Formats: sequence, C-alpha cells, structure tokens
Amino acid sequence: MATDLATRTSTDDDAPALMREASRRRSFDEATGWRRVGRYTLLAVVSFIVLFPIYTTIVAAFKPSDQFFERPLVPGPYTFEVIKEAWTTGNLDRYLLNSLVVATIVTVCQVVSAVLAAYAFAFLKFPGRNVFFVLFLATLLVPLEATLVVNFDTVDGLGWANSYVGLAVPFLATAFGVFLMRQVFMSFPRDLRDAARIDGVGHLGFLWYIAVPLVRPTLGALALFGFLGSWNQYLWPNLIVNQADMNTVQSGLRVLSRSNLDAPNLVMAGTVIAAVPVAIALLLFQRQLVRGLTAGAVKG
Amino acid sequence: MAMLAPSAIILGVFVLYPLGRAVWLGQQRCDNFGNNCQSQGFGQYLDIFRSTEFQNALLVTFKFALISVPLGLLLGVGLAMLADKYLRGVGVFRAVFSSTVATSVAVASLMWLYLLQPSIGALANVSWFNSLFPSVKDPGWLQDPGTALTAVALSSVWAGLGFTFILVTAGLQSVPRDLYEAAAVDGAGNVRRFWSITVPMLGPTLLFVLIVLTTRAFQTYGEVDLLTGGGPQPQDSTTTITYFVYGQNSPISNDAGLQAGAAVLLFLVLLVLSALQLRGIGRRVHYGN
Repeated sequence: MATDLATRTSTDDDAPALMREASRRRSFDEATGWRRVGRYTLLAVVSFIVLFPIYTTIVAAFKPSDQFFERPLVPGPYTFEVIKEAWTTGNLDRYLLNSLVVATIVTVCQVVSAVLAAYAFAFLKFPGRNVFFVLFLATLLVPLEATLVVNFDTVDGLGWANSYVGLAVPFLATAFGVFLMRQVFMSFPRDLRDAARIDGVGHLGFLWYIAVPLVRPTLGALALFGFLGSWNQYLWPNLIVNQADMNTVQSGLRVLSRSNLDAPNLVMAGTVIAAVPVAIALLLFQRQLVRGLTAGAVKG
Repeated sequence: MAMLAPSAIILGVFVLYPLGRAVWLGQQRCDNFGNNCQSQGFGQYLDIFRSTEFQNALLVTFKFALISVPLGLLLGVGLAMLADKYLRGVGVFRAVFSSTVATSVAVASLMWLYLLQPSIGALANVSWFNSLFPSVKDPGWLQDPGTALTAVALSSVWAGLGFTFILVTAGLQSVPRDLYEAAAVDGAGNVRRFWSITVPMLGPTLLFVLIVLTTRAFQTYGEVDLLTGGGPQPQDSTTTITYFVYGQNSPISNDAGLQAGAAVLLFLVLLVLSALQLRGIGRRVHYGN
C-alpha cells in the first residue's frame, strides 16, 4: 500500500469487498509461467527507461568534478562534496527557505479563501450570487500567462517586487479550490445546517466545528495542490525577482544552471537538492495527490 | 458576502483585471513598464497575429503540441495498462511510473539538459550511444534546428508522464471487472475488450487529460527557457508563444503593449482549442450514472 501511488480512494474502508474484488481480479488477470516472466521483464525495461534521467542525475551529483566526464552511466567514485558545494555556493539553503515560506503562505490563504467562498456559494443566498459564480467560473479559463504582464506591473507598482508578498500574492486564491469545496459542501444534507441553526450555531461556528472537520480529506488534497503549485511556479519568480537572495528554488536552479555551464555535476547536485523535498512530501501525501488529481477529472 | 471577499478580491485583481487591462494594452505601444503608451487601435491585434514572429511562435507551439500531446497520452495509457494487471509487487512499478510527478519544470528540464548537452552531457560521453547517434555530440539534439523541438517535447512528455499515469490508473480501476469477464465469456479478445470497454469507460478521464495536456503544451515556457533559450537561432525553432511573450531574447520584451497583445492572443487560441476539443470529442464521451 505504501508504494502504491494510484490505489482507489473511495472504497478504502470497505475491506471485505476490496479483498473479494482482489481475489477475483487475481483469478481473471493473473498470468502464469512465461507470460508472467514476460510481463515482469517488460515492466522492468519500461521502469528503467522512465527512471533513466533520474539515474544519470544522481550518478552525476555524487561524482567528483575531475572524474565527471568519464563513463557518465557508471556510478562512483562517490563524493558528497559537490552536494555541499551546491548547497553553499548555489545558495540553495536560502532558496529552499524562500520557497517554503512562499508556498506556506499560498497554501494557507488558498485553503482559507476557498472554504469561505465555497461556503457562501453553497449555503448563503445573497444578491448577485449567480453573477459572482459565473465570474469565478470565468477565471478558470484565463491562463496564467495571459495575466502576468499586467500582474508584474501591479505588484511592482505596489513595491512588492523581490518580496515574499510579491511572490505569493497572485496565487492566494483559486477558483479551482472554491469549486472543489463547493462541490463537497453541496453534498451535505440540508438538515445538517438546519439542525445547527436551531441549536444557535452561526455560520462561522458551523463552518469551523462541523463543516471543516467533515471535509478534511478534500482540504488535504487542496492544500497539497496549493503547495505544489506554488513550489513549482517557474515563470512568476523569474519575472518578479531580480535580487539574488529572493529567488525561489525554481528560479534559483535557473541561476545555478546559467552560472555553471561548465559544471553540470554541480547543477545536477542542485537539482537533486531541489527535488528531494517534493519527492518526500509526495510519498507522505500520495493519497491526497491522487484525490486532488482525480477531483478535476470527475464529470469533466 | 464578507466570506466571498478574499477570493473575489484576489481573483479580481490578479486574474480578471489583468486580462481586461491586457486586452486594452494590446492595442498600444508602450515601454517595458507599460508606461508612455500610445494607442494604435485594435487593428494592432491583427498586426501582431500576422507578424512573422508570432506566426513562427504559433507554428512552433502547434508542432510542439502535436508531438507532446499524443505521445504523452499514448505513453500514459500504455504505462497504466501495463501496471493494471495483477502481479506481485506491481505497486513498486506504479510508484516508478508515477515518479515524474515529483519533478518541477526546472528539475525535469535540467535533468534533460544534462542528458542531451553536446560535449559535457551524459549521452554524448557514452561511446556506444555516440557511435549509434553521432548527432548527439555534433551538433547536439538541442542545437540542431531539425531535432531541437522534438527533444524539448520529449523532456516535457517525460515530466508529464506521472500525471497522466496516475489519472488513467485511477480511471482504469473504476472500470468494473465484470465487464471484462462478461466480454471474455462472449469471446471478445484483448483488442476488442480494449476498444469496446476500456476506451469508452475511460472517456471522461481521457478527455480531461487531453485538454490539460494541450493547455500545458501551449503554456510551455520553462523547458524552452532552460533547454534552448528559444533557439537554435536564427530560425527560433523552439520559441513557443509563451516564450515569445516572456523570453529574455524575445524581440518584444521591451514593449508591454505588444507583450500584452500576444498574451491575449494566446488566451484566445487556447479558448478556441478547448472549445473545439469539448465539442468535438466531449459529445461522444459517455459520462456514466
């Protein structure tokens, strides 16, 4: 289970049915003898191809600079020096911190703003609700790339270039999050809100004590996506940061790559440092990842 | 209403306002801060669209999408089918196939840059690979105008593989097993089962993946920035629309008006494409219960 990134999420708690299904699949799908050997071989070959770029990167990152160009596919001799060099001269410690701060701001704000707006759309009646809803819907159609020319102008004009606020502010709310949460709220039985109201619970109380605990799985998916989206953002930090110490990991990697054209092993070491935190996070939160990815696909 | 305010303000100020302002800016010529603008009339959009630079970028982007979208979809479905069979330890392979979802654009592109660079790259220094494909060293796949775009597309396909794999796998697992068994009993072979059960049942997933991959292809920036810088010159073989708008070497990088105009055109192209895909294919997609 731990390594299975793509297990179904909906029937996790239905263990007997899952086992019945599994044994049925086994009898129908299970290959025997040579077919089975063939399948494993095919899977292994394809895995090798998929992992190849990662493999060469790791091999390069741990090789000493003077032996770097010989036999790039054979690992060793090993050294940790290049990683250390990338960490210090490449400023990756600072960039990781910057990315962490910005992604945390973005995640918290996206989750809070999405829950609040989704609640309003799902439970409240107010004038112009449909107009707002359509406007929210419309923002999903606008690609980021069409807005950044002007956003650069806006953020720079506010004096937020080269700052955490400037890096985070265009991404503090997403329509995707609002729709995702609204969808979940709409599935609540009407009685739930009514019962709470009779007991004298206000909107914020209902939200905090009843609604949020019920939708925690979806919130987890939304948070993971907010974090990843912000962490992986490439174009925006390149535009809004021109002060070296305010780079995020992504724009920092660009700087590292541009200033070390003759030392790919140093660049690969930086790449490894940048990739490891995300890889660990995804291993820990694979369930949220699958839930978030599939949430977009349901019903087109 | 107060609950709506945070989202409404952010989306208004950073999505809707900039789009509106970009549409307005697009008919002006400005300096690179969007100042000293002079109105040229909305005919400027036509001028931008017709310019050789934009036409080239549009063509490059279409080519890029035509390579990367079908290949990404095909490989994603292939991997998912491969790992959907019951086998001991298949979870390990699923983790492997999902792994590229953990790479950002910068990470994936730099990995491929190292792989493909002509003299100091990994493949160029593997002697048997080199004698098999001499062009990897001279001039280098990223430096040859004939192969640069394909090489960039390959790196992009690789980076997107994990995403497609996870989605298609989830889709495959929601197909009831009984359907396959019933079809097998009725004498349907593997091929028939694939086209008559798997594809229709995966319809909504495949349509979603298709639209996301196409949109991403048209927004490609990081790969181009890190792998080729829009080159090789002078053909600008890998200058996508997004790179044309935001790239360092772009001829319009000093004019916010032209940048905004080209960005709005990108938005329109994407809008038309998504609508076409939804209408053309979406109509034939069956959404169960």
